[in-house]
Amino acid sequence: MDLHPISTPPTPEEVAAVNAVLGVDCAPDEPSGLRDAEARRHLLLPVLHALQARVGWVSPGGLGEACRRLLVPPAEAYGVASFYSLFATSPRPQTVVHVCEDVACALGGAEALCAAAEARLGPAGTPRDGAMWVRSPCLGLCERAPAAMVTKAGETPLTASWGNATVDELVAAARAGAGPERAEAAPAIPGVSLRLLRRVGVVDPGSLGAYRAAGGYEALRRAMEMGPNAVIREVTESKLMGRGGAAFPTGRKWQAVASQPVRPHWLVCNADESEPGTFKDRVLMEGDPFRLVEAMTIAAFAAACERGILYVRGEYPLATARLKHAISQAEAHGFLGADILGRGFSFHLELRQGAGAYICGEETALFASIEGFRGEPRSKPPFPVEVGLFGKPTLINNVETLCNVPDIVLNGGAAFAKVGTAQSTGTRLFCLSGHVSRPGIYEVASGTTLRALIELAGGVANGRALRAILLGGAAGTFVGPDDLDVPLTFEDTRRIGATLGSGVVVLFDDTASLLPHLQRIAGFFRDESCGQCVPCRVGTVRQEELLARISNRRPHGDVSREQALFADLSQCMKDASICGLGQTASSAIESAMKRFPDLWEGA
Amino acid sequence: MIRAVTLTVDGQSIEVPEGATLLDAATALGIDTPTLCWAANLTPVNVCRMCVVELEGARTLVPSCARKAEEGMVIHTDTPRVRTSRRMVLELLQSSVDTSTAPDLLAYAKRYGAEPARFGPHGPPANANERDAHHPGHHHVPAGAEAATVHQPRKVDNELYIRDYGKCITCYKCVEACGTDAQNTFAIAVAGRGFEARISTEYNVGLPDSACVYCGNCINVCPTGALMFKSEADLRDAGKWDEAKQTTTRTICPYCGVGCTLELTVQDNRIVRVMSPPEVSVTNGNLCIKGRFGVTYVSEGGG
Ligand SMILES: Cc1cc2nc3c(=O)[nH]c(=O)nc-3n(C[C@H](O)[C@H](O)[C@H](O)COP(=O)(O)O)c2cc1C
Ligand code: SF4
Ligand code: SF4
Ligand code: SF4
Ligand code: FES
Ligand code: FES
Repeated sequence: MDLHPISTPPTPEEVAAVNAVLGVDCAPDEPSGLRDAEARRHLLLPVLHALQARVGWVSPGGLGEACRRLLVPPAEAYGVASFYSLFATSPRPQTVVHVCEDVACALGGAEALCAAAEARLGPAGTPRDGAMWVRSPCLGLCERAPAAMVTKAGETPLTASWGNATVDELVAAARAGAGPERAEAAPAIPGVSLRLLRRVGVVDPGSLGAYRAAGGYEALRRAMEMGPNAVIREVTESKLMGRGGAAFPTGRKWQAVASQPVRPHWLVCNADESEPGTFKDRVLMEGDPFRLVEAMTIAAFAAACERGILYVRGEYPLATARLKHAISQAEAHGFLGADILGRGFSFHLELRQGAGAYICGEETALFASIEGFRGEPRSKPPFPVEVGLFGKPTLINNVETLCNVPDIVLNGGAAFAKVGTAQSTGTRLFCLSGHVSRPGIYEVASGTTLRALIELAGGVANGRALRAILLGGAAGTFVGPDDLDVPLTFEDTRRIGATLGSGVVVLFDDTASLLPHLQRIAGFFRDESCGQCVPCRVGTVRQEELLARISNRRPHGDVSREQALFADLSQCMKDASICGLGQTASSAIESAMKRFPDLWEGA
Repeated sequence: MIRAVTLTVDGQSIEVPEGATLLDAATALGIDTPTLCWAANLTPVNVCRMCVVELEGARTLVPSCARKAEEGMVIHTDTPRVRTSRRMVLELLQSSVDTSTAPDLLAYAKRYGAEPARFGPHGPPANANERDAHHPGHHHVPAGAEAATVHQPRKVDNELYIRDYGKCITCYKCVEACGTDAQNTFAIAVAGRGFEARISTEYNVGLPDSACVYCGNCINVCPTGALMFKSEADLRDAGKWDEAKQTTTRTICPYCGVGCTLELTVQDNRIVRVMSPPEVSVTNGNLCIKGRFGVTYVSEGGG
C-alpha cells in the first residue's frame, strides 16, 4: 500500500499534539500496555483526541500528520474522525457549550434553557466571539436536569460538565471556556440494601489508602488465594447477569473466555454509558473508582487476561480523571502491572476515551473504536468471547456488572444470590429522573416493585398524577400507572413486554405530552445510527418523519395507513438490523403508541 | 479435508462444505436470493440486509450472504417475515435514493411489490457538498411531509468517471474494491454516520487530489450506476444512451502482457464503457487505468 499523503502541512501545535501521544520517534516498543499489540492503528483515536483538544478541530494538516505516523490511509482516517460528534472536521470555535436536550432534561426545563441560550448566544451551532453552543444528547447527569458540558481546546484543554445549568452559566462558560465552580451534588441516595453504593459519597475516591481502609483490595487478595476456577465458580453461582442491557449470565461469559486456548485474552470494561437516562456507571466510577479497578483485576485474573481497556465515554470528565488517578495509584502500589501482589500475575490496564457516539457502547462497535476504525458493529457470531478486541478472545463487561464482583468473591456467590429473586439476583442500580421528587441513583434488591422504587424516590414530583414511565432507556419501553406492581426483575419485566435495560426510570406526570418526547427519542436514534445497514440508517429517518406527521396531525392518508407503515417499519428494523440499536430503535415508541392509542390522533 | 455440513433450506435437505454461507446453500438449491452489497469477489459486509432469511431458533432474521451454514440449521427463505423485511429494505432505499439506473434493485422492487411512495414524495436535493459537510449527531427536525433523500448534484471532477451519490445505496462495494479486496489504494472510505454516512475521499477532496489511480474497479462493482463512465453519463444526459443499439464484446487488453479480459460496450461504433467480468480469474473484475479508460479514450479522441 502506497499512502497518498495529505499535502497540507501540520502546524507546530499539531505536530506536538501527535507527538504527545505517539512519542517523537514513535518507537514501537514503548512500555504502554498496548504498543506492541497489532500495529499502531489503535492509537488513531487517542491522536484524534489530542488534535481536537489542542486546536479545536481535526484539520487536514493534523490528520495528515497522524496518517503519516500511523500509516493509515487519509480517506479512512477521515472516515473515523467524521464518525464522532466530539470531533470536528471543519474549523470550529475553541469553546463549545453542549446543552442536553434529551428525555430527562427535556422534562427538567431544557427547552426553556435552549431558548434562553439562543437569545443570549445566538442560534445553536453559530460561532460567536470564539464560542458556540450546540444541543446534545444525554450527558449522564439526568438527576440534575438540565445538564450542560463545555469543551475548550488549547494548550490546557478542558472538558467540564455540570447539572442544574442556568443560562447565565452557559454564557459564562462560553466566555471563559470553563464550567461553574460547584460543590459536588450528593451523588446517590441510600437505598435499602447497599452493596454497590456502600462507599460512594463516604470514602474519599481519590485515596487508595482510604479505599483499602474501607475493605478495598481484600477481594483481590482473596481471589488470588482461591485461584481462577474458584472465582469463576462463585461468579457463576451468584447468577449475576450483565447490567449493560443484554442480561447475559456473567459467569458463563467468564468461563468461555477462560477456556479459550488462543492468546492473549483481552478484558474490556464497557463504560460508554450513553443510553439516554442512564447515569449509574458514572456514579460508581466517580464515587468508588478503585472498586472498578480492583474488579477488573479480579476479572482479568479469572479469565487469564493480561491486558485490559477501560473505555469511558468522552462526556465523563470527572469519572475519567478519577479513574486515571486510581489506575496510576494502583500501579504505583503493585495492584496493577507486573507481578501483582507478588503472585506472578500481570495485568496492564489502560483507559481509553470515546468521542461522542452512543453506538460505541455496542460491544463489537466498541472494539472497532478502540482498534482505530469506525464504530460500526458487526454481525455475531462470532461472539467476543471467541473473536473480540484485535480478533482475540475478549471478556467485556459493564461497569456495574464488574463492580458486583468484589463482594461475590469476598462473601461467596450464594450469599450474593440470597438477595433478589431466584432468576434475578443481587441488587440493582436504578436511575430515577424526570418528574420524580428526588431524582438520583437508587440501589434496591432485584424484585423490588416499581411502585416501591418510586416511593423511595418520594413519588411523582409536586404530588401530581403519573402518566407514564420510560423503563430501560430510549431502547426500552413505556409502561403506565397500571404496571407499578411489576417486580423489577428480568423475568417479570419481560412478562409485561418491558425490559430493565440499563436501569432507567424516567417519570412523566399528567402534564407531560408524550409525542415530543417520542420525537426526541426517534431523533436520537437517527443521529446515533452508525449508518451501516439500510433498516436502521433509513428506517430511523422514516420513523422520525412519521412521528412528525402524527404530531402535526398531517398523516399521509388516514391514520390507519400510518399505523400499517409503522408496523412494517418497526418489524423490519427489529428483524433485519445488524445490531441492537436498530433492533430496539422503535421499541419505546411502539410501546407508547400501543399503550396510549390517542397519540395516533396527535394527542 | 473440508467437512460437510447438512442443513435444511425451505424443506429440502442439502449438504454444503464447511465454511459455505446460507446464500451458497440456497443458490445450490436453485433458490434465487436477492443481494445488493454482496459480490463473489468481495468480502461480505452484510449491510444492505436484502438477502435476509429466517433461521429457526434465531430472534432476528440473518443475512444469508455472510452467515455460515451450521449442522442442523433450518432455514426459510420466503416467509412473510422475510418478504416484509426485503420489501421494506427496497422501499427504504427507493424512498431515499435515485434507483433509476440500478437494474437489479428495480427488478427486486417489482418482485417484492415495493411501494416507496408510502413515505411521501422525495424531499429536495441537498446543495453541492452539503451532505459532505454534515456534523455527526445533529440534524434538523423534519416536518415529515416529504421523505428525506440523499439527492445531490453529481461530482464531476475528472474526464474519466463521475460520482453521482444521489444514486448511492452505501453498499460499501466501491470501498472494498478500492481497498483490501482489490486495488489497495484506499482512495475512498465511508465518512460521517447515520443517514449522512457517505462515500468520501479525505475531506471530500476531488479525485485528482486524492489517492485515486483511476483503475475504475469501483465502477465495476457499483450496483446502482452511482459510479459511471463519463462517456456513459454524457450519452445518458444527452438522451442518446440506447441499450438497443449496443453490443458487448470481450477482448484482451492490448496494453501489457497480463492479458486482462475486457468487456466493451459499443454503441454507434464507439466504445462507451469498459467493464471486466468478475468471473474471469485473470482479473477478478479488476483492471488498471489503461485497460479501463485507455480504449475508450482512444475511441473518443479518434471520433
Ligand atoms: C446500541 C447499544 C449500546 C450499548 N451501550 C452500552 C453501554 O453504554 N454500556 C454497556 O455496558 N453496554 C452497552 N451495550 C451492551 C453491550 O453490547 C454489551 O452487551 C455489554 O457491554 C456486556 O456487558 P454485561 O454483560 O456486563 O452487561 C450496548 C448495546 C447496544 C446494542
Ligand atoms: S442497526 Fe444501526 S447502529 Fe446497528 S449496525 Fe445497523 S445501522 Fe449501525
Ligand atoms: S478508480 Fe480505482 S483507485 Fe480510484 S476510487 Fe475507484 S477503485 Fe479507488
Ligand atoms: S457508490 Fe456504488 S458501490 Fe459505492 S457504495 Fe454507493 S452504490 Fe455502492
Ligand atoms: S443528562 Fe440530560 S437527559 Fe441525561
Ligand atoms: S447481500 Fe446480504 S446483506 Fe447485502
